[in-house]
Amino acid sequence: MALLEIRKVSRRFGNLKALDDVSLSIEAGEFFTLLGPSGCGKTTLLRLIAGFDEPDSGEVLLDAQPLAGIPAEKRPVHTVFQSYALFPHMTVAQNVAFPLQMAGKHPEEIGRRLGEVLEMVHLADKAQQFPNELSGGQKQRVALARALINKPRLLLLDEPLAALDAKLREQITSELIALQRDVGITFVFVTHSQQEALAVSHRVAVMNGGRVEQVGAPEQIYGFPRNRFVADFIGTINLLPVEVRVAGGDALRLVANGLGEIVSTPVAEASTGQRGAYAVRPERVRIFSAGDVCELDNHFQGTVNEHLYLGDVTVYKIALDNGAVLEALLANSTSGRTGFLERGAVVGVGWHRSAGVYLRD
Amino acid sequence: MVRWSEWAGTVAPGFICVTESRQAGRSPGPGENLQKWLVSLPPTLFLLAFLVAPALLMVVASFQQVGDFGGLLPVLENGQSTLSLEAYRFFFGDWIYAEIFLRSFLVATATTLLCLLLAYPLALLIATGGKRHRDLLVLLVILPLASNFLIRIYAWMIVLGPAELLYTPFAVIVGMVYVHLPFMILPLYTNLESHDPALLEAAQDLGAGAWTRFWRITLPLSLPGVWSGSALVFIPVLGMFAIPELLGGTRDILIGNLIKEQFLDNRDWPLGSTLSILLTAAVLLLAWLAAWAGRPRRGRA
Ligand SMILES: Nc1ncnc2c1ncn2[C@@H]1O[C@H](COP(=O)(O)OP(=O)(O)OP(=O)(O)O)[C@@H](O)[C@H]1O
Ligand SMILES: [Mg+2]
Repeated sequence: MALLEIRKVSRRFGNLKALDDVSLSIEAGEFFTLLGPSGCGKTTLLRLIAGFDEPDSGEVLLDAQPLAGIPAEKRPVHTVFQSYALFPHMTVAQNVAFPLQMAGKHPEEIGRRLGEVLEMVHLADKAQQFPNELSGGQKQRVALARALINKPRLLLLDEPLAALDAKLREQITSELIALQRDVGITFVFVTHSQQEALAVSHRVAVMNGGRVEQVGAPEQIYGFPRNRFVADFIGTINLLPVEVRVAGGDALRLVANGLGEIVSTPVAEASTGQRGAYAVRPERVRIFSAGDVCELDNHFQGTVNEHLYLGDVTVYKIALDNGAVLEALLANSTSGRTGFLERGAVVGVGWHRSAGVYLRD
Repeated sequence: MVRWSEWAGTVAPGFICVTESRQAGRSPGPGENLQKWLVSLPPTLFLLAFLVAPALLMVVASFQQVGDFGGLLPVLENGQSTLSLEAYRFFFGDWIYAEIFLRSFLVATATTLLCLLLAYPLALLIATGGKRHRDLLVLLVILPLASNFLIRIYAWMIVLGPAELLYTPFAVIVGMVYVHLPFMILPLYTNLESHDPALLEAAQDLGAGAWTRFWRITLPLSLPGVWSGSALVFIPVLGMFAIPELLGGTRDILIGNLIKEQFLDNRDWPLGSTLSILLTAAVLLLAWLAAWAGRPRRGRA
């Protein structure tokens, strides 16, 4: 039985369906991420779990017990708020000790746990400071320490890194992973940064418009997006409009208008004559000299339209014969050059049949 | 856990530097200084002319002597100073003055506490209630101030008279609380309205019930509002003479009445000045004590 079960939960605000029939199940010890664009209902879902709001229909179960009617202060669920919400009139120590006091713990135990947790987040020397005397990263760690100290069953983190600059965010991200592994508490992490989600999570739920589009491990979500939204939202991807020519058998044969046949791995939902999109990641597209013989299942000719130098890689935009523009990545293994191919160069592009996926409309 | 330490060791010091240098700011240039002076000149002149100068005149008056037809004797008469400690001797020579002082402070304290008790729930209700009704409710709080204060006191006479409560200490307190209540509600409301609702949610999330949230979060954060509201009620009540005169009995006079009497009825300006100075000194002492008791501790805004 999963630690947290969300069953067919819906929540409306007036005419707006903030959550639309959402079902999720989160295992104990998991680092689970809710990923989606702004306004897709991530915070709304967290608030239902924390107990600040109740669903219109459906139910939320923790340890197989329905949470309905249990007020937020009685749920073994703590939250790290996006704004941190540190109590400004309390010192770091008082802030962090607050949940233990609320739980009626013995002062001796409070003192001991406080020492341990402040040590863990490296804030022992800041114990007597007030929140307005801390840097953003320090505040973030106080919020984290405060939410963790009473060992909740579930820790909710609503975009906890959004207020930090990119460099610090990257560092804290890896600290979060280590911390979660060490304390063994289940994390439900909210973000709209797909990079963050892929980096930290055991599993990711991609949300859009109040619905869950796909749930899976980061490599599944990235490698095998279930629909156009997920494919588009996570990373960059080339999408070619196609029609199914042959479904079934050991290969899925598709036709792209003006380009010819594309061979892909078979998918259950494809049927002959169906229209859809073929999706392939730029890093899976190989570039080779126009004249070379190519043993890849899918290969076409194109012209280099432009290239974008990104430092570690260069992105080439290659116009195919049917006018479609395909992005391909090449790692820059030689320094001092922005790329190997010039604009206007005629090249071959190709990829293995397992490199892309067919997405029906 | 190695990574935490690495991170704390390398990144945190840099961050501290950034915030510190930002807080330190830059020192103002000469042009800025001049600008500051020009901006603060009019209010400074105003305060000098209408606060400091009259206060000094009053200090001098308290040492002067009553003239033959009221007013004051000149400071110098035939080359001799006429200044004396007569008024102060008079004040400290009779218990009645100390008693009136004490009674005034008791009335002011009672009024302040009652206002606080009535205003706090109301301010909290307005501040946390629906945004739509907020402005209307605040307007209703201020609205009584739009009609003349004496008229409102006369209205209370009409109300309290038939109930046989007129000319009692109770009537004085009712009038005082009624008149000063808005001055307690407004600062409290302004303070409570500025609280970040996320703090209460965080407290609830971390296990605090409704009462605990109030005692541990709302109340401590509202103390600045409590202090300013209390000052806005306490100090004017101390100087108030109209309410005790209209609603109170002969035994309910306060320092305000006493001072007014010296200037208007007894024509004893030195004693009136002395009373005013001692009242001001007492209030300042109290304010200083309050500031000392609630002195800003490190990091509190
Ligand atoms: N209390 C509310 N009343 C009315 N509408 C609301 C309320 N709370 C949320 N909404 C609406 O519900 C939708 C989902 O909001 P939510 O805060 O869950 O988004 P989110 O995914 O957390 O977005 P973000 O990434 O910007 O934080 C939004 O369109 C929002 O306007
Ligand atoms: Mg949100």
